[in-house]
Amino acid sequence: MKTYTYTEKKDTRSGFGAGLAELGRTNPNVVALCADLIGSLKMNQFIDENPERFFQIGIAEANMMGIAAGLTIGGKIPFTGTFANFSTGRVYDQIRQSIAYSDKNVKICASHAGLTLGEDGATHQILEDIGLMKMLPGMVVINTCDYNQTKAATIAIADYNGPVYLRFGRPAVPVFMPEDQEFKIGKAIKLTQGSDVTIVATGHLVWEALEAAKLLHTKGVSAEVLNIHTIKPLDDQAILESVSKTGCIVTAEEHNFLGGLGESVARVLALNKPTPQEFVATNDTFGESGTPTQLMEKYGLNSDAITKKVIKVISRK
Amino acid sequence: MSNKKLQDLTTQVRRDILRMVHKVNSGHPGGSLGCTEFLVVLYLNIMNRTNDFNMDGVNEDLFFLSNGHISPVFYSVLARSGYFPVEELNTFRLLDSRLQGHPTTHEGLPGVRIASGSLGQGLSVALGAAESKKLNNDNSLIYTLHGDGELQEGQNWEAIMYASAKNIDNLIATIDLNGKQIDGATDDVLAMGSIKEKFEAFDWTVIEIENGNDISSIIDGMALAKDATGKGKPVCVLLKTMMGNGVDFMMHTHAWHGKAPNDDQLEIALNQNPETLGDY
Repeated sequence: MKTYTYTEKKDTRSGFGAGLAELGRTNPNVVALCADLIGSLKMNQFIDENPERFFQIGIAEANMMGIAAGLTIGGKIPFTGTFANFSTGRVYDQIRQSIAYSDKNVKICASHAGLTLGEDGATHQILEDIGLMKMLPGMVVINTCDYNQTKAATIAIADYNGPVYLRFGRPAVPVFMPEDQEFKIGKAIKLTQGSDVTIVATGHLVWEALEAAKLLHTKGVSAEVLNIHTIKPLDDQAILESVSKTGCIVTAEEHNFLGGLGESVARVLALNKPTPQEFVATNDTFGESGTPTQLMEKYGLNSDAITKKVIKVISRK
Repeated sequence: MSNKKLQDLTTQVRRDILRMVHKVNSGHPGGSLGCTEFLVVLYLNIMNRTNDFNMDGVNEDLFFLSNGHISPVFYSVLARSGYFPVEELNTFRLLDSRLQGHPTTHEGLPGVRIASGSLGQGLSVALGAAESKKLNNDNSLIYTLHGDGELQEGQNWEAIMYASAKNIDNLIATIDLNGKQIDGATDDVLAMGSIKEKFEAFDWTVIEIENGNDISSIIDGMALAKDATGKGKPVCVLLKTMMGNGVDFMMHTHAWHGKAPNDDQLEIALNQNPETLGDY
């Protein structure tokens, strides 16, 4: 089995900051907006290098989404930056009318998604944002897994013409994807070959899926891990090809099972190839304060939880 | 364009509005009729623009309608300004039409740059377009129109605060002060006090047009507003209008905010606004 290692841990939001800084140097149409969270979103370098292309909006996210929509008129490519809950639920109608329905080329970049925001607790830990955003017609939804992938995705979405929701997180997590990867929107990446079970994971759960696959390998279970960075449009073909071989699937995400990746996968399976599926996701609940590790354990979002679901889903074959 | 021609066009646009909403027995004639003179003067007399619609609109003045429910007057003025054939007004609110109940870019109607209808979002979008013009070293202006009731939406005040803080001085935001909203007088629904003092407190330049249904007053007021741009401050025009203007039974009431006339009412209304440039 192919194994993955890492030499350092970095936060995915720094990958966003690095990608944005590179875009600042390569694409004169890219502009950035922030609602009083420059440091948290790691936007400093872009701002230092391109002060005239940065818009500090203040604590006014609704206004930020509208201004971003307006900036596209005249050819700019706006990247908005704030926490995931302020990027989605707080401004849903602004995104719906002024960006999605108006076909505006805005990149909504959202940090601190999910439980791993940690100690700030449930007010800030959105677990519903993937669902909110994937329901908007025409919206692309991406959830990246490490620093390198987040940087590559940030750069790639500037070349895509249309609204995008890019979701990433707060804590330092293993860097295991290659630095020079090509990021293709909507194209799953097969990380391990396997024959007994498919594990489809997104965001921080991709590393946990690899850890689970490693453990399962020692128990004689061969797991195929797919890194699904794009939840919409979903790579139906990659999922169907994999389950044709394995006959069962576990989906893993730092999000409510309602509205998340797992439900999108279930639809693909129901329409094409009914297959036993287990969900690693939060169970229709808010989060709470705690360290990221404690929270991921309590809410069943780590490699142990994935391993248990794998054993269960194999028994259902 | 001469005032006589502007007046004739205004009367024709009024007929368009009435016929559009009557045909589909829905839509918003009250606010549309109240803003007819303003939009006619804005498009035919004030704005520097081309009829070849291009979304980016570089080097031309742009207009954003924030109170999208007055789509009948917007569509009529766009058509009569040359953006699309006036016959298309016949499709207002029908299935497969580009003239949706509220304006949208989604169906590709020339002249529309943003969807509006869910209130309070237009000023933010206009600010973004104004920032885009500044980045492009484009000296043309951004115009907007908002309902007075619409100012009850909080997003406006985020945008109003931003505009002065960031010296957005290439924008003229016009507020349709007709004092009415769906449930009644704005003072009864949610009194806003002095809108003039509120804008001034947010450090905007405020121009008042006392008779917002008089073509000369609008021309003079908008000239003052234009002179006030480029001086470091955003400009607000308070346009005092009569909802339902030009149709006697639709004036002095909020009843026609979102109600279409029946056959008899249409005939009376059209008789008060005789055909000038030809019906569509």
